[in-house]
Amino acid sequence: MSLMENMVAFEDVWKSLAGGGLIGLSATVLLLGTGRVAGITGILGGLLRVPSGDTAWRAAFLAGLASAGAVMAWWVPAAFEVTVDRPVALLMVGGSLAGFGARLGSGCTSGHGVCGISRLSGRSMVATCVFVATGMVTVYLTNLGAFVGLAGHAAQGVHP
Amino acid sequence: MKHLIAFGSGVVFAMGLVLGGMTRPAKILAFLDVTGHWDPGLALVMAGALIVHGGAIRLLGRQRSVSLREPMFAGVDARLIAGAGVFGMGWGLCGYCPGPALTSLCAGSVPAVVASCMVMGIGLHDTLVDVPQRRREKRRVERASTPAGA
Repeated sequence: MSLMENMVAFEDVWKSLAGGGLIGLSATVLLLGTGRVAGITGILGGLLRVPSGDTAWRAAFLAGLASAGAVMAWWVPAAFEVTVDRPVALLMVGGSLAGFGARLGSGCTSGHGVCGISRLSGRSMVATCVFVATGMVTVYLTNLGAFVGLAGHAAQGVHP
Repeated sequence: MKHLIAFGSGVVFAMGLVLGGMTRPAKILAFLDVTGHWDPGLALVMAGALIVHGGAIRLLGRQRSVSLREPMFAGVDARLIAGAGVFGMGWGLCGYCPGPALTSLCAGSVPAVVASCMVMGIGLHDTLVDVPQRRREKRRVERASTPAGA
């Protein structure tokens, strides 16, 4: 590996750690300020539930998330690139399964992976190991072409 | 004030995801692609988050939500395993988990569609699983409180 490549790799490591640090900071601020856990699925799910009580802080958190995302997408569009060569139909199936499963398992990457493991919750550690494992198997199978046929070859691929 | 803190927390969360590259599904899929060109990015993002949040919780003395007397893996049940399993499958198919998907809601048509599907999936779960379950529980409580033979 050349020096240049090493520098790029080092910058990636720094950015990843710093990005994670910001997420940890956000979760800490939310916990201290509102007493709530920064699990995105739980925050969103509680907002969708029909007889729901405390919706305002949930809406405020998600508004902050989406509006900051919108500003950054306008500022650094490269950070939001969808360079995934998969049919949109497959991405839609994936999104639906991810939402359904995260709610069934009471949490996703943020709720179990960050907040739960930070609390040393055994449930969250198990959940994180399970979803990383099934995610890896799914990517392996998808790269073999297992699900592309199911989603239909007619479906348009994503070529940004 | 509480809502302002929640809003600010959402902003910082989104900034962290973007800085860590988590809003690029290709990077997520590269992390999950252990047999291909593996990208450790997601593990590093998680490590950064765990160091800061885990450290803060320890400093604040909010170590665990459950009693230390309970066995650590007491709450692990079939529902947790099934949910995490299905979530991982969906994650591996689309390269988005709920946080990055909602952050990318206004960042293009593909992430907007995927995020909408995710919201739909959450709603679908609550309609198909949660609501019937709560109805069953309510009926059980009612039955238990009715005197026998009444």
